[in-house]
Amino acid sequence: MSTVTTTYREAIREAIREALRRDPRVFLMGEDVGAYGGCFAVSKGLLDEFGPERIRDTPLSESAFVGAGIGAALGGMRPIVEIMTVNFSLLALDQILNNAATLLHMSGGQFNVPLVIRMTTGGGRQLAAQHSHSLEGWYAHIPGLRVLAPATLEDARGMLWSALEDPDPVLIFEHALLYNQAGTLPADAGAVDIRRARVRRPGRDVSLITYGGSLPKTLEAAGRLAAEGIDAEVIDLRSLRPLDDATILASVAATRRAVIVDEGWRSGSLAAEISARIMENAFYELDAPVARVCSAEVPMPYARHLEQAALPQADTVIRVARGLVRGDG
Amino acid sequence: MNDVAHDEHRRQLLREMLRIRRFEEKSAELYTQEKIRGFMHLYVGEEAVAVGTLQALDADDAVVSTYREHGHALVRGIPARAVMAEMYGRQEGCSRGRGGSMHIFDAATRFCGGNAIVGGGLPLAVGLALADKLQGRARVSACLFGDGAVAEGEFHESLNLAALWKLPVLFLCENNFYAMGTALARAQSQPDLHLKAASYALGAEVVDGMDVLAVEAATRRAAQAVRGGGGPYFLELRTYRFSAHSMFDAQLYRDKAEVEDWRRRDPIVLFERQLRAAGVLDDATLARMEAEIAAEIAAAVAFAEAGSWEPVEDLTRFVYSEGPAP
Ligand SMILES: Cc1ncc(C[n+]2csc(CCOP(=O)(O)OP(=O)(O)O)c2C)c(N)n1
Ligand SMILES: [Mg+2]
Repeated sequence: MSTVTTTYREAIREAIREALRRDPRVFLMGEDVGAYGGCFAVSKGLLDEFGPERIRDTPLSESAFVGAGIGAALGGMRPIVEIMTVNFSLLALDQILNNAATLLHMSGGQFNVPLVIRMTTGGGRQLAAQHSHSLEGWYAHIPGLRVLAPATLEDARGMLWSALEDPDPVLIFEHALLYNQAGTLPADAGAVDIRRARVRRPGRDVSLITYGGSLPKTLEAAGRLAAEGIDAEVIDLRSLRPLDDATILASVAATRRAVIVDEGWRSGSLAAEISARIMENAFYELDAPVARVCSAEVPMPYARHLEQAALPQADTVIRVARGLVRGDG
Repeated sequence: MNDVAHDEHRRQLLREMLRIRRFEEKSAELYTQEKIRGFMHLYVGEEAVAVGTLQALDADDAVVSTYREHGHALVRGIPARAVMAEMYGRQEGCSRGRGGSMHIFDAATRFCGGNAIVGGGLPLAVGLALADKLQGRARVSACLFGDGAVAEGEFHESLNLAALWKLPVLFLCENNFYAMGTALARAQSQPDLHLKAASYALGAEVVDGMDVLAVEAATRRAAQAVRGGGGPYFLELRTYRFSAHSMFDAQLYRDKAEVEDWRRRDPIVLFERQLRAAGVLDDATLARMEAEIAAEIAAAVAFAEAGSWEPVEDLTRFVYSEGPAP
């Protein structure tokens, strides 16, 4: 099978390109997606290839252009709306929650919204408290939305088309630290299943459950745990809403221990939700309480040492997992 | 002002613009050395706006700013060393290293933050002004924001509210004709932004933002009207950023020729020429200014270099207040 060398960024660009070619209803819209080339250079070159109708620059009006994306989806198009970062999506929260997520239900099933919204999330680049938070867990709270978090090249390449085929609104969260991730993909890589979590590393002693930008850190932790004789299984959630309970519970039933690694804040987090589900469904399979590694409950600081102290780290995952397995924290 | 004071004042305006320019040049250098990290946005080309507007304010007025705020902070009187240390992430920085380049704060000068959400500062300025009005204080809340913010809903809501309630807000729109890579004409149905503002029934003018004296005069007039209870005022300050949007911008969206055209209107070069022609500035004075500024910036860098990291144990401090409400 022939392969191509690529990056997470290029894989998304290729996915957008493929969607634009395959379906004339698809267009990309957002701030600086065209002439500037995308604030993370994801859409670089697409304006020349597809023109300003389909690579559509918008003014700084998050609420208006997300709302327009919803309207265009209702009107038969298949918009891909890019919001620069999850922080700015808060200016469009009204549209996403009160319209995109509710119209179908409120209209008694008459008006579905086939819209894809992509945005960057996450910290680690010293961008301080208005550009670094991981708020995807909030969106995962909202019925009516599907929420995806590609963590691998394969998912960066494949989730978009699957999302476009979904009749309802799909949010795709791209962790900013993943864009430069490099590797290879099959030349004919395409759509992927977006309903299931994946076991990224099988193991027997403890389940490390994570997603998005925390996957590389968690895999690193698992590798280092192996060196001390602890065999960790790593689960990549991929879909944050709905959650793939079956994969999570099957893993925990086998390892009897779970650590959830989530860059969101701990209180009221996605990690809390997963922990509750394990408690509800697998309590008697557990040998230890479910543990969580989340971001410190502070607005993200700028100074590097403070930011790193606030974010989940492989070292913390290792310490917590070791504590569960050996009972010696 | 008598002639001597007037001459001295004009030299002071030039000096402040030069101070910003040199500070920004140094910041760019330190960024490439990775001393400064995160996002950083330079103010080169726009100096006349910060100097002309902020010099016209009183010490107890409030300033609400953006992420492109090094120049605002310096003119407002935040020591260069505190700004530099902040960009280094040091605890001696004006935000204890928690904010960085985009989030300069200083309570002493009522500098209420660099805000990195476009349009995010405007409602704050409206609220600051409301508080003053309710408490019978004749202070001005000045809010700086870019042309890009005019497309945000918060801009429209804020102007409307300020005008409706006759609040003492001075809206200072730094129109540099670009929001990142989006040219104003590609974002606005009405690119004459002061006309748009005027529809909210407040005083609105356009000013040549490359002419520091024009900016200062317009701001003094506007601030006086606001302070006198006349309600909010809007100034569209037309300027241009010579540098890239941020340190990550390849500038694919504008012609080099356009940048060159604007560079011919460099506010510092123009004003320097004007002062020389008026016999108010000579080589020796300029050289002295440059030397003083260089020394100030060198001291700021040394201060930042010598600074310390906030202990990690303090990470969760200030998520909530440590004492009772003042
Ligand atoms: C709500 C929001 N949307 C998008 C951004 C990303 N962004 C940062 S600066 C900028 C351009 C703003 O342009 P303008 O207001 O004209 O200010 P300038 O940078 O020209 O000084 C954009 C789009 C942001 N910070 N906040
Ligand atoms: Mg601008």
